[in-house]
Amino acid sequence: MQWTRQNLFSSWGNTLTTLLILAGLLWALVPLLDWLIVSADWRGSKRVDCSSGGACWVYVAERFDQFLYGFYPEEERWRVDLMAVVLLGSLSLFLWSRVSGRTATACVFLSLIIGWFTLTGGESSLPPIETRLWGGMMLTIVLTVGGLALAFPVAILLALGRRSTIPVVKIFCTAFIELWRGVPLITVLFMASVMLPLFLPDGASVDKLLRALIGVSLFAGAYLAEVIRGGLQAIPRGQYEAAAALGLGYWRTMYYVILPQALRHVIPGLLNTVIALFKDTTLVLIIGMFDFLGIIQASLNDQEWLGLAAEGYVFAGIIYWAICFSLSRMSKGIELRSNTHRV
Amino acid sequence: MQILRNLMPLVVIVLASAGTNAGTLDTVKSKGAITCGVSQGLPGFSAPDGKGNWIGIDADFCRAVAAVVLGSPDKVKFRPLSTKEAFTALQFGEIHILSRNVTWTQTRDSALGVNFAGILYYDGQGFMVRRSLSVKSARELNGAAVCVNSGSTTELNLSDYFRTHKMKYSPVVFEKSDEVLAAYRAGRCDVFSTDQSGLYAQRLKLAKANEHMILPEIISKEPLGPAVRQGDDQWFNIVRWTLFALVGAEELGITKANIGSLSKNTGNPEIRRFVGTEGKAGINLGLDPKWAARAVTAVGNYGELFEKHLGKNSRLKISRGLNRLWNKGGLHYAPPIR
Repeated sequence: MQWTRQNLFSSWGNTLTTLLILAGLLWALVPLLDWLIVSADWRGSKRVDCSSGGACWVYVAERFDQFLYGFYPEEERWRVDLMAVVLLGSLSLFLWSRVSGRTATACVFLSLIIGWFTLTGGESSLPPIETRLWGGMMLTIVLTVGGLALAFPVAILLALGRRSTIPVVKIFCTAFIELWRGVPLITVLFMASVMLPLFLPDGASVDKLLRALIGVSLFAGAYLAEVIRGGLQAIPRGQYEAAAALGLGYWRTMYYVILPQALRHVIPGLLNTVIALFKDTTLVLIIGMFDFLGIIQASLNDQEWLGLAAEGYVFAGIIYWAICFSLSRMSKGIELRSNTHRV
Repeated sequence: MQILRNLMPLVVIVLASAGTNAGTLDTVKSKGAITCGVSQGLPGFSAPDGKGNWIGIDADFCRAVAAVVLGSPDKVKFRPLSTKEAFTALQFGEIHILSRNVTWTQTRDSALGVNFAGILYYDGQGFMVRRSLSVKSARELNGAAVCVNSGSTTELNLSDYFRTHKMKYSPVVFEKSDEVLAAYRAGRCDVFSTDQSGLYAQRLKLAKANEHMILPEIISKEPLGPAVRQGDDQWFNIVRWTLFALVGAEELGITKANIGSLSKNTGNPEIRRFVGTEGKAGINLGLDPKWAARAVTAVGNYGELFEKHLGKNSRLKISRGLNRLWNKGGLHYAPPIR
């Protein structure tokens, strides 16, 4: 009470503003909540079950599995579940202060390699699943995480290379970064999907998903490189000199002294790129792959469920927001963890 | 995108010079499946259902080809393609058939290194209006506000039509068809114009579909059909004759239901040739005599396909119009099998 009186109703003007804003919120929120929740259809399995005029969540419920797994065969979906758990587990190592960042990174990379083979079924006794059947949230995550995992080592090398004193290395890295940063992702994907096959010898073909992944990772690599370079520039000369005084060479200096500090500085920037990439992966729609948003759009064209675009997009929006927000909380956690040694 | 556009002539040259590609039939047989390029979701033509099966007339056409060539309609791998990559995928051999509601045009046929095997659906641009306007013909649309997609031939056709008929109109242009529909729904325009098959689907998205009607006029030619790679005549013939078989079956009254009994006992020589009890049409195609019968057993004849996915048995309820058989006032005409 005290707080509201002091902050919201302290004067005539403030009271009026508060009331106006409240009225505006009610005016906008009531119909929205009514559509979203109150008069929405929650139960049933058919289009006819959606008759109330509110949102038709029956459609989302019916299609939920497809939104998650795409066309991945139903009896093999346990693989996706298993890999999701493994990935989440290895990512959460970053939040656990008893495991060093290097161990956690190694675990993530290891789980990604295992994941790729488990999901494709290559080199194992599991039945192979073609990547054209991958879709939905699973594909979005594969593209984001896979793209980043490929991009990260490249980015570190590029960032170091751009600060190198050797002109050839420096020019190459600068040119590489500027090239990939200068073209839109959609162009990169389009090139990977449409142009690249033209330059390959007849009969040779590279998996379409792999082509897209490489495109995404080169693109993300260029952005990450610049973020990491920002961190490198924040390291004072004294650190290099101290490392040199200890007798460390270039690579050891970087690995043990400079990079751990530099990366810690740029966690917010890295996360920015991660979230941007997570959302940018929807562009694979242009090359005929159904990521989370793509599969929702495709399902909207099922005759049975025509005209539910609003439900589909609202659902996509909620899920994207939830994931991006969790990512941002996670980065906050990593920041806290990695700064515990500081006062 | 400008760069890409400038590169297009180069792409076309590379595509055209890729030249002869024989042996699709052998490739398909050895792989045991046909790869079929479909749309990314178009109601009635190809769209995934809840189980991930591709449903629609374009998808079923590929199933028919699979039945003809491989003996089973299930031996198809569907590959959704965007408009931009569709032809490259075909030329590069990633897909064996492009069955993706693409319009057959002279440029595509001559410059892109593909051959259109025929016309599966005669589409064309049409108009949707509110019933309350009580307009009966597009000729009464003078002065109307028309909602339309930007940058497409749709916009150009519209301007041509109104100029030819000396009428005025004001275009209300949007990028995406969902936006166009939203504008129409909100009453920002009197008329919604796009391809007729699309209009029927868009109409279903409106809350009260019955309050809107599609005018009879079609102002452009959009023949949609399956395409194959240039340079493999045998494969081209198989795809083309699968289409003819579906149309021919309707003309002969052969349906999914009666083909079993017709195969055994009929005196009609045309039907006997169709189901393979007489003649060697299939052998000349590099197939066996039962080829056409398998197509009909798998998906039904053309009329059945149409009604199932687009016509009265679907939610779209598109009238057959130009897509009737030639002897019923339409354009579908299959050369005889003999």
